[in-house]
Amino acid sequence: MDKIKELERKSRARNTAWTVAVFALLVLWAVIVLFPFYWMLLTSVKSYASYNAEYVPKFFTLSPTIENYVQAFTAVPLAKYFVNTIIFTVVTTGLMLIIVVLSAFAFSRLEFKGKNLVFTLFLSLMMIPNELVIITNFVTITNAGLRNSFAGLILPSVTSVFYIYLLKENFEQIPDELYKAAKVDGTSDFKYLWKVMIPICRPTIVTVVILKVIECWNSYVWPRLITDDENYFLVSNGIQTIRESGFGRENIPAMMAAVVVISVPLIILFLVFHKKIMEGVSRGGTKG
Amino acid sequence: MKIVLEHLTKQFISRHNSSEIVTAVNDFNFEIPDGKLVGLLGPSGCGKSTTLNLICGLEVPTQGKIYFGELDVTDLPPENRGVGMVFQNYALYPHLTVRQNILFPLENLKGEQKLSKEVMNEKALEAARLVQIDTLMERKPSELSGGQQQRVAIARALVKTPGVLLLDEPLSNLDARLRLQTREQIRRIQKETGITTIFVTHDQEEAMSISDLIIVMKEGMMQQMGKPQEVYNHPANLFVAKFLGTPAINVFEGKILNHKAYIGEDAIMESDAEDQDIYVGIRPEGFIPDKKGEFSCHFDRIETTGRDTSIVCHNDRCISDTDIRVIVDSDDELNNENGIIRFNLKPNKTHLFSRKDETVI
Amino acid sequence: MYNRNNPKGWLYLLPALLFITVFMVYPLIDVFVYSFEEGYNFASQTYTGVGLYNYSYILHDPYFLQAIRNTFILVIITVPLSTGIALLISLALNSIKKLKDLFQTVFFLPYVTNTLAVGLVFMILFKKTAYTEGLINLLLNSVGISSVDFIEGPYWAKMFVLCFYTVWVVLPFKILILTSALASVNKDYYNVARIDGTSRLRMFTRITLPMISPSLFYLIITGFIGAFKAYSDVVALFGTDLNAAGMNTIVGYVYDMLYGNSGGYPSFASAAALVLFAIVLTITVINLLVSRKNVHYQ
Repeated sequence: MDKIKELERKSRARNTAWTVAVFALLVLWAVIVLFPFYWMLLTSVKSYASYNAEYVPKFFTLSPTIENYVQAFTAVPLAKYFVNTIIFTVVTTGLMLIIVVLSAFAFSRLEFKGKNLVFTLFLSLMMIPNELVIITNFVTITNAGLRNSFAGLILPSVTSVFYIYLLKENFEQIPDELYKAAKVDGTSDFKYLWKVMIPICRPTIVTVVILKVIECWNSYVWPRLITDDENYFLVSNGIQTIRESGFGRENIPAMMAAVVVISVPLIILFLVFHKKIMEGVSRGGTKG
Repeated sequence: MKIVLEHLTKQFISRHNSSEIVTAVNDFNFEIPDGKLVGLLGPSGCGKSTTLNLICGLEVPTQGKIYFGELDVTDLPPENRGVGMVFQNYALYPHLTVRQNILFPLENLKGEQKLSKEVMNEKALEAARLVQIDTLMERKPSELSGGQQQRVAIARALVKTPGVLLLDEPLSNLDARLRLQTREQIRRIQKETGITTIFVTHDQEEAMSISDLIIVMKEGMMQQMGKPQEVYNHPANLFVAKFLGTPAINVFEGKILNHKAYIGEDAIMESDAEDQDIYVGIRPEGFIPDKKGEFSCHFDRIETTGRDTSIVCHNDRCISDTDIRVIVDSDDELNNENGIIRFNLKPNKTHLFSRKDETVI
Repeated sequence: MYNRNNPKGWLYLLPALLFITVFMVYPLIDVFVYSFEEGYNFASQTYTGVGLYNYSYILHDPYFLQAIRNTFILVIITVPLSTGIALLISLALNSIKKLKDLFQTVFFLPYVTNTLAVGLVFMILFKKTAYTEGLINLLLNSVGISSVDFIEGPYWAKMFVLCFYTVWVVLPFKILILTSALASVNKDYYNVARIDGTSRLRMFTRITLPMISPSLFYLIITGFIGAFKAYSDVVALFGTDLNAAGMNTIVGYVYDMLYGNSGGYPSFASAAALVLFAIVLTITVINLLVSRKNVHYQ
């Protein structure tokens, strides 16, 4: 046993120098990736006084405090931003899911005149950058009096051509025979969709939901355009406000506490679903 | 170039259970004479591909030595061994043309060995001619049939005129008709070049049909080595007997008593061995229908497939997975009384194996 | 057996059609209309004429020119840099077995984090304040380089931070794509190349690169498009008043024209957005033409 291990090690160790270099590179990048997270966590538990007393910042603290977290929730309406973002994320994702599933079903299973033409048009819309349409949407929503409302925040984000495409591809992999069998049994289209297709395609649907949740949680541009009332701010806008006017600008530990609070949900989501997320993104997501 | 393996062993730690050792190749000793075509034969997972990888140097043995001619190559990296290898899926570079694929190994040569463009092209064309693909030089692999891809892979392996050519399951990705053609091609190319060639296969018919020598493996152990017909006629053990031949050999439980071998109550042949329990293997072609024959079976049916007529029958002592199959001449007279059919057995087609270690008696 | 022409299909499509028409198709037409309406007044929704004045205005606006300059610098630096680093890291990742999953997961982390939030951390790391030089400056000092204010200081210092942060943000996606592309290259290609005595460098240039070229090319195209649309990460580092910081980007200019202190000019915004679109389209077409020669699709 030992001899074999030894031999295996030897054959691998032939390129010891190479391996060391490879790991050095990987560790270096891992540090660069993780350090900001560590720093925000560390800073968020340093007291305001001790943070500002450190000319050379310390890499650890012996007296962690939660005062910054208390501050973050009391001095600025962080809880409000948080709740807003949750409402925005849940409603947007839910509506999008309904719309996307219905259209993907129509494209993949139903036969009707003009289907192919409409689908081609849908596909060509995938190439249109958001920046082009956001201007008119801003005017539309403003004129509709929907600024500073959840409707205004949500409505333009409830369709995604890409997710329709993704789901349609997945739906089409379900063998035709299942549909025919269901029709023979007298199952309605809607019941078939609900009882057969959605359960079979659950993995893809979960992926779509996770990606959309990430997108919603991080969205900044549209909420910024459409809200100037703090009561409707999402976390991204909240952070920006905190940065520019909250906590008297220099209270960096409190800022970091707020940053930690809004980062945690997604990091937990990622830790739980990292396989699914990475798989979903590699199937064609770009940062929305 | 002759190839000698001495006590060659490859063990590694199991991927599933790190405290478990897998012995892929167990104490191999054999010598492959120069210029032969050798088939390395065994069921999947028996270590034949590992053996090939050890010979070409992609894997390092745990123990033992490999010699090419007189030269100990055990510690040489693959590029210094002068081997050519054809992979099961051919591993042709999809973005390069046939010509570029064949040139690839030549372009790797450095220093004194470096060749001029003209010489390289000449050599590539020569190799392509040998495998008869010289008219397809500017195509991409995706534009070739499976058989053509196979030949490009062989040309690429041959272009550096290696001392040893290794083929990993060369025919498994081809359809039945191409397989026959291609194996003739491999045979011809090997004869023309005279390069010592080892190929790995799990298909016994393939190995039997073109090899000068076959080596039968099981679970990392070499079972038998020899000329195909010799191995078929004189299997060293029950495994070899069962592995070679279609339809498979029929196996029965039997015993030796007073210098006679029995299956059940039927005394089938003489034997010098001492009294013991045995297995009896009888080739399908080893039965001669005879009313007075010494061996009896229950008749089931007759199957005629093309040129062969086979009798399907059963016997309580038979331990093969399928019913007994007997290949007979269509003009043999069949006797069938009350569902019992009797045979005489050909002694050279009937093999006795020890029940204990399954070796031939 | 089932209906060839099932009008119910339209019913299922209705919600999507509705939203797409209102929030994608109509705006797409409208943005062209806006861009040609001169003197558009947001409050009264009237305009004085039709023509190219909006384009002429923004192309003479120093803020827009600054934004174009910034965007191009950002693109030219970060696209090759991030693709190169991603390739390097992916190659390293692919050559190890132990810890590969762990590293991969860690490297992907920035993808799921809030750009604004982490940007704030970067700002703090790089910023000089009354209390401290900032961590990065202290590191620089320790190797004998004098400190510089990366956030409110000289242009190239700010550009450096921006590029650094952009690379940090875009790398997870690129590493993910390249790692799976590399992993899908059949190992037999390398085995056969090894037997033929191919050097590592040659294996990389003649086998690896051609085999992953479709993914690489995909990353370059999406990388260009993404970098041209840079905005959130810039805001995260330098705040919302990007013109004052001299760090505005084209997209930032579009939004500033639309809203905020300098806002209320959807016509100018539309013209700027269309200029951006034209630039991105041109670059993409050039990319496609170049790739036709160099990318190998199986």
